[in-house]
Amino acid sequence: MAQEKGSYYVPHESHWPVVGTIGMFVAVLGAAALLNGLLWGTPVMFIGGAIILYMVWGWFRDVINESVSGAFGPQEDRSFRQGMAWFILSEVFFFAAFFGALFYARIYSVPWLGGEGANFFTGLLLWDGFEASWPTDGPAPRHDAFSTMGAWGLPALNTAILLTSGVTLTIAHHAIKDNNRKVLNWGLGATIALGLLFLGIQSYEYVHAYVDLNLRLDSGIYGSTFFMLTGFHGMHVILGALMLLVVFFRCLKGHFTPENHFAFEAAAWYWHFVDVVWILVFIFVYWL
Amino acid sequence: MSTATDTHHDEHHGPAKGMRRWLFTTNHKDIGTLYLWFSLIMFFVGGAMAMVIRAELIQPGMNLVDPMFYNQMVTMHALIMIFGAVMPAFVGLANWMIPMMVGAPDMALPRMNNWSFWILPIGFTLLLMTFFVPGGAPAAGWTIYPPLSLQTGDAFPLLVFGIHVLGISSIMGAINIIVTIMNMRAPGMGLLKMPIFVWGWLITAYLLIAVMPVLAGAVTMLLTDKYFGTAFFDAAGGGDPVLFQHIFWFFGHPEVYIMILPAFGIISEIIPTFARKKLFGYSAMVYAIAAIAFLSFIVWAHHMFTVGMPVAGLLFFMFTTMLIAVPTGVKIFNWVATMWRGAMTFETPMLYALAFLFLFTIGGFSGLMLAIVPADFQYHDSYFVVAHFHYVLVPGAVFAIMAAVYYWLPKWTGYMYSEFWGKTHFWLSTISINVTFFPQHFLGLAGMPRRIPDYAVQFTDFNFISSIGAFVFGLSQLIFVYVIIHCIRGGVGRATDRVWEGSHGLEWTVPSPAPYHTFETAPEVK
Repeated sequence: MAQEKGSYYVPHESHWPVVGTIGMFVAVLGAAALLNGLLWGTPVMFIGGAIILYMVWGWFRDVINESVSGAFGPQEDRSFRQGMAWFILSEVFFFAAFFGALFYARIYSVPWLGGEGANFFTGLLLWDGFEASWPTDGPAPRHDAFSTMGAWGLPALNTAILLTSGVTLTIAHHAIKDNNRKVLNWGLGATIALGLLFLGIQSYEYVHAYVDLNLRLDSGIYGSTFFMLTGFHGMHVILGALMLLVVFFRCLKGHFTPENHFAFEAAAWYWHFVDVVWILVFIFVYWL
Repeated sequence: MSTATDTHHDEHHGPAKGMRRWLFTTNHKDIGTLYLWFSLIMFFVGGAMAMVIRAELIQPGMNLVDPMFYNQMVTMHALIMIFGAVMPAFVGLANWMIPMMVGAPDMALPRMNNWSFWILPIGFTLLLMTFFVPGGAPAAGWTIYPPLSLQTGDAFPLLVFGIHVLGISSIMGAINIIVTIMNMRAPGMGLLKMPIFVWGWLITAYLLIAVMPVLAGAVTMLLTDKYFGTAFFDAAGGGDPVLFQHIFWFFGHPEVYIMILPAFGIISEIIPTFARKKLFGYSAMVYAIAAIAFLSFIVWAHHMFTVGMPVAGLLFFMFTTMLIAVPTGVKIFNWVATMWRGAMTFETPMLYALAFLFLFTIGGFSGLMLAIVPADFQYHDSYFVVAHFHYVLVPGAVFAIMAAVYYWLPKWTGYMYSEFWGKTHFWLSTISINVTFFPQHFLGLAGMPRRIPDYAVQFTDFNFISSIGAFVFGLSQLIFVYVIIHCIRGGVGRATDRVWEGSHGLEWTVPSPAPYHTFETAPEVK
């Protein structure tokens, strides 16, 4: 879309990016020290995280103030929308790497280890007696046998919860367009509550996996893909819930109009993206 | 629009004073300048490492450094040159030029633009810190293949997080560039009226958004394999080290084009200017870039022909790889056709563009040789590969960056650079780069393996020649720095607004040096 008449809002100098940079550096340095077994790692990592949160708070505040004072026209709005859309696409590719690993293991590497096709001698000489199947923790597992999480118990319930949260969010979206603030607040509140419920059940499920099923992060390739895919999904649910929470507080303060509510829509897009990822996780990790 | 907007735009604020200007800036020209200086510094840091490598290889035997340190040099040279020198230079050029070329007042998301830049230096602080931690810097090569890379010492998490940080920077930069191009063009500038440099970057930015997260995922899996017992790349747990190679090169091959598509754009700007003719086949050029970008996603396994793939896989990746020669050939043909019967002059940017044309083509042809599966079984992991990718990266990507710097330096500084020293820099660089890398083809064909600090005596002569070439190339770059600083301090006189007789495009309609704010009101494009 070509630029319109009138001038584009170019903000003044801002110190928030540099604050964010410092926060990122401190957090990452702490995390690296933690992994190397240094005592100061953990506190430094959390200090860095706190600096990043401070940056997010300050940066959001500036943008919200600009938005409320009417600095943004349709063109700025389009920039934000497109920016958010491309950000979500980059997240899609992040998950694609992990799904790729899952499919590669199931279609190629596990059957090869079992001696499929031209890999007969791989199976015979390296891993004699290993029967390729899925789920598996490989030919030389670290732990005793594990059981998998049945798809039609808690995971199915969680799927229902997350899909319902998508519905309540859409109700809230219609409400914001109809300027029905009461339904908006309730719909948004319900979405966040369902998201938190999802996270609670997911945590319970992890404990269940470790304690009862002996399914661990280091339970071979099955444990790796199971926990990394559900874990990164869970982290994205947390992030999405935080976005919705910010939007919720803004709704309570009376921000947004039926025509102008980009922050709401951005958070909603992100939430629906997290929904779709969950459906793929449910189908390929739990079910099939 | 309400009062807030008006007050902001009535002030016409100039740059802040001192360090505040550079730390807090939201101005695309300031941020472009930061990117370009950062890239130049990293070019010398990575270049110094290349000098260590060539000094060690100047004669057989262990001469200068121990093998572990040599491996660290090889690894860090690549990481720094790719992520620190070439990519930031292109982003810097995008920052400076794209808003001016499309008639926009700034980048679409100016604060995020600042953040994209400032996390780069911390990413490299993390990477360079690794020299001082127990176990030393990463030494498994820039491709960080497991299981070797999992033997890295305390440097490992710093390496992984450093790559994460650089990836975040690239993704934010790419989003900003796409949004600027899609949303900020002046009225009348349709997509197929955009300068071709803008097209090159638009497609590059798509590639960045698609593949940087995949690299982030790959290194995250390495991290959990090393510290949390996952088995992605461990056959004992049902994983496969080759899986890493697939994921890495799914990123890695588009990454190669991320480093060359903006270069194509630059060359397509410079040749028409100095041939004083319109670019031949503009829309074919655009489609060729798009085709190359698409193909880059389905060729990755040609980096791993010797890993033991099914024959169907080898054939598929061989043919798709060779297909890339078609759109690339279209581009080379069109550049030559642009010059055909043009009124050509040979200022420094044009010299670099011409050298690009010849030398990049050499790199492209050796790439075709490597694409042939049975031939690649011989070439794989030899110095032939080193020669190939240095031909596309140094006289390809780096020469295009230098061409761009000479081409736009008068617009940035308001002064003309010294043509004498520019040409001296060009000839020294061009001759020495060929002396450096051409003999490496012969070394590779004769069987010299890459990433080895010592070699059999029959390789001595060509290695000696190659090292001499490398030292001359390294020293020649000091002239580049001199030319830039000399130009900033007044050069050889004032530049006109148009700078070059044959130049065309919006960036040449603003004064030289370009004022702090340009196109606050969008120009009309016919």
